[in-house]
Amino acid sequence: MTMHPEDLDQLAQARREEEAQYRHRICVCMAAGCLSSGADKVKAALEAGVKERSLEKDVLVKGVGCMGPCAAGPLVAVDIDGVIYHDVTPDDVPAILDSLEGKPVKRLEMPKDSPLFQRQVRIVLENSGKIDPESLEDYVAANGYAALFKVVTEMSPGEVIEEVTKSGLRGRGGAGYPTGLKWSTVAKARGPRKFVICNADEGDPGAFMDRSVLESDPHRVLEGMAIAAYAVGADMGYLYVRAEYPLAVKRLKQAIKQAERQGFLGNNICGSTFSFHVDIRLGAGAFVCGEETALIASIEGNRGQPRPRPPYPAEVGLWGCPTLINNVETFANIAPIIRNGGEWFASIGTEKSKGTKVFALAGRVVNTGLIEVPMGITLREIIFGIGGGIPDGKRFKAVQTGGPSGGCIPEQFLDMPVDYESLASVGSIMGSGGMIVMDETSCMVDVAKFFMEFCMTESCGKCVPCRVGTVHMYNLLDRMTKGLARMEDLDLLEELCDMVRHTSLCGLGQTAPNPVISTLRYFRDEYEAHIKDKICPAGVCQMATAEVYA
Amino acid sequence: MTPTTAQQARVKTLKINGRDVSASGDQTILEVARENGIEIPTLCHLSGLTPVGACRLCLVEVKGVNKLLPACVTRVHENMEVFTDSERLRKYRRMVLEFLFTERNHICAVCVSNGHCELQSLAQQQGMTHVRVPYLYQKLHVDASHPRFKVDHNRCVLCTRCVRVCDEIEGAHTWDVFHRGIKARVITDLNQPWGTSETCTGCGKCVHVCPTGALTEKGVSVAEMAKRRQFLPYLTMMREERG
Repeated sequence: MTMHPEDLDQLAQARREEEAQYRHRICVCMAAGCLSSGADKVKAALEAGVKERSLEKDVLVKGVGCMGPCAAGPLVAVDIDGVIYHDVTPDDVPAILDSLEGKPVKRLEMPKDSPLFQRQVRIVLENSGKIDPESLEDYVAANGYAALFKVVTEMSPGEVIEEVTKSGLRGRGGAGYPTGLKWSTVAKARGPRKFVICNADEGDPGAFMDRSVLESDPHRVLEGMAIAAYAVGADMGYLYVRAEYPLAVKRLKQAIKQAERQGFLGNNICGSTFSFHVDIRLGAGAFVCGEETALIASIEGNRGQPRPRPPYPAEVGLWGCPTLINNVETFANIAPIIRNGGEWFASIGTEKSKGTKVFALAGRVVNTGLIEVPMGITLREIIFGIGGGIPDGKRFKAVQTGGPSGGCIPEQFLDMPVDYESLASVGSIMGSGGMIVMDETSCMVDVAKFFMEFCMTESCGKCVPCRVGTVHMYNLLDRMTKGLARMEDLDLLEELCDMVRHTSLCGLGQTAPNPVISTLRYFRDEYEAHIKDKICPAGVCQMATAEVYA
Repeated sequence: MTPTTAQQARVKTLKINGRDVSASGDQTILEVARENGIEIPTLCHLSGLTPVGACRLCLVEVKGVNKLLPACVTRVHENMEVFTDSERLRKYRRMVLEFLFTERNHICAVCVSNGHCELQSLAQQQGMTHVRVPYLYQKLHVDASHPRFKVDHNRCVLCTRCVRVCDEIEGAHTWDVFHRGIKARVITDLNQPWGTSETCTGCGKCVHVCPTGALTEKGVSVAEMAKRRQFLPYLTMMREERG
């Protein structure tokens, strides 16, 4: 079926009119977080309640994507004054339905004026929590696929790349490589075929940005991929999703099928000569497969191991062909950039880091969940504003960004803007968006040990420094947390960090020492307390009672 | 990665350790260095097999590049300035060797490859006289189920030469790597005893490319297992496209 711009408008209009017929819309979050606390039962109860009261024509009960404050789930949004109810159970349903014509249910209401909602700027998550992720029409009604149509019918590939370059968008997978530059490299590369890959192998502990985007707004990612394919000259795309995200995979599969049926994907998109097909590949649980060359090997059906770069995938990628690899969040930014223009995007954020960033706020903070903030916001605003500060009157100690490749940022940098350069300057990285807040009850040596254990078990074993070095570093940290280490061990640990960082083959090994290096930089006294005094200042580590031969 | 255009195959001039050398554009730093008698230590690399850049012994410094680059896979550029032997590189190389010696149980005194072992020679060349990190003492088994050969995982350095020679030269792909990280191990077929492998042709190429005493012939005693690798350059030469 060929879709034309007029058909798109018609589809959107029909959906909007259909929704406007209802007097009330009740949105129930159906993303993994809320589902795990029983959102499906709440939705079923709401539907049953609506039926019982014969309100089917007046009240629409709709499953939507992630609303953000995941810890307070199940979340239900009602369209009277934009109220969001938290911790909803099926027993609350009568009260919610009773209140539709009157005042909202006070005891369930989330404070609307809280900084949690006010300081966020939503671009990637603009549709999350608003549209039904399983409905293509809903996405179209929210201006979905308009950017793809505009690109295919009005723009040349060069103009698309120029727009993306103008936006200043940088890769959201962590390293922050300029997206426009990457696209133009792939566009220039020669090959018999070109591919676009979406990296959805999100694996950092505590990070769930990509999962949430895929579960809440899958069509947005497909649209971004299709636009990228048009710009670089690819005709095939792969979505590499980890198998641990079954709901995201299910919704993506459904979205691909819907988009193909409606002619948004497939041959001759929008009546043009542009064709683009998308397929899903499931990751089998290896963290290293998030590294682009290992990811490519995995799609090819080989062992997921990285290979030395250069040549970069932009030149020699999937099956030896030029390949564009971007992260989920990067692709999710593309459609709004095309719709609103690169300049609009570039007006948000800081000089070198444009736009917004989605963070998964976790750890010792009052409001945990998914947030989207403009680049340049301070860590303090995120943690104490949006996050609501540290619970139980405890003291803030550090915030960990960037997962196992990142570092811990102490209190003195809380007023630093969040952008790629600032985070790097204090020894951490932007990373894919994991943000773990730690208070005084966290031991920094123990934190470093946790991340080192992660890297040790996730090392692929190909290169010697990462395979063996992470084990030695872990063992040293383990001895420190047991009070068995000597001061020489600290020097050795630093030497190992330096060596593994500079000699490992891929990003996993090169960044594996980062959590140790950054905690040593700011919390050296804690390491020394473990070694010299055999005390864990935070009271986390169990010290061996007597020195044993180790 | 064969040269696709005439430009790539053009002659390049570069400096290695301050010496002017010439190379054709598709050569690697390692190849050019060896042609000119400049020694860069390697372990996973073996001429005739696809380089993988895994052991990290051949890392070199290149002026203007802030990362260390593996000489075995990095191609030369015009006016490149390469340094193969700095104090920093020597230190890192010794540490790689320390890692390998502590990873598994390399006890030269009782090894069939004593005196013919590349790991041993590298340690001697690089001045790695002792290890400063604790031994990991992994308990690994020996598979002697094959009628002619045996594999002692305690001596394996995971260079994957056996995997590559079996796949690329013999075409059997009997060997592969199993598990990941420190638990990685070479396996035959679907992780079954070598003797029960249905794909192994018994050609013995893996044994002779193995740098240590991990893959050996049966019936040899301590220090008797010398490897013969002449077949590999000959086979690759004869397989090259001619005319």
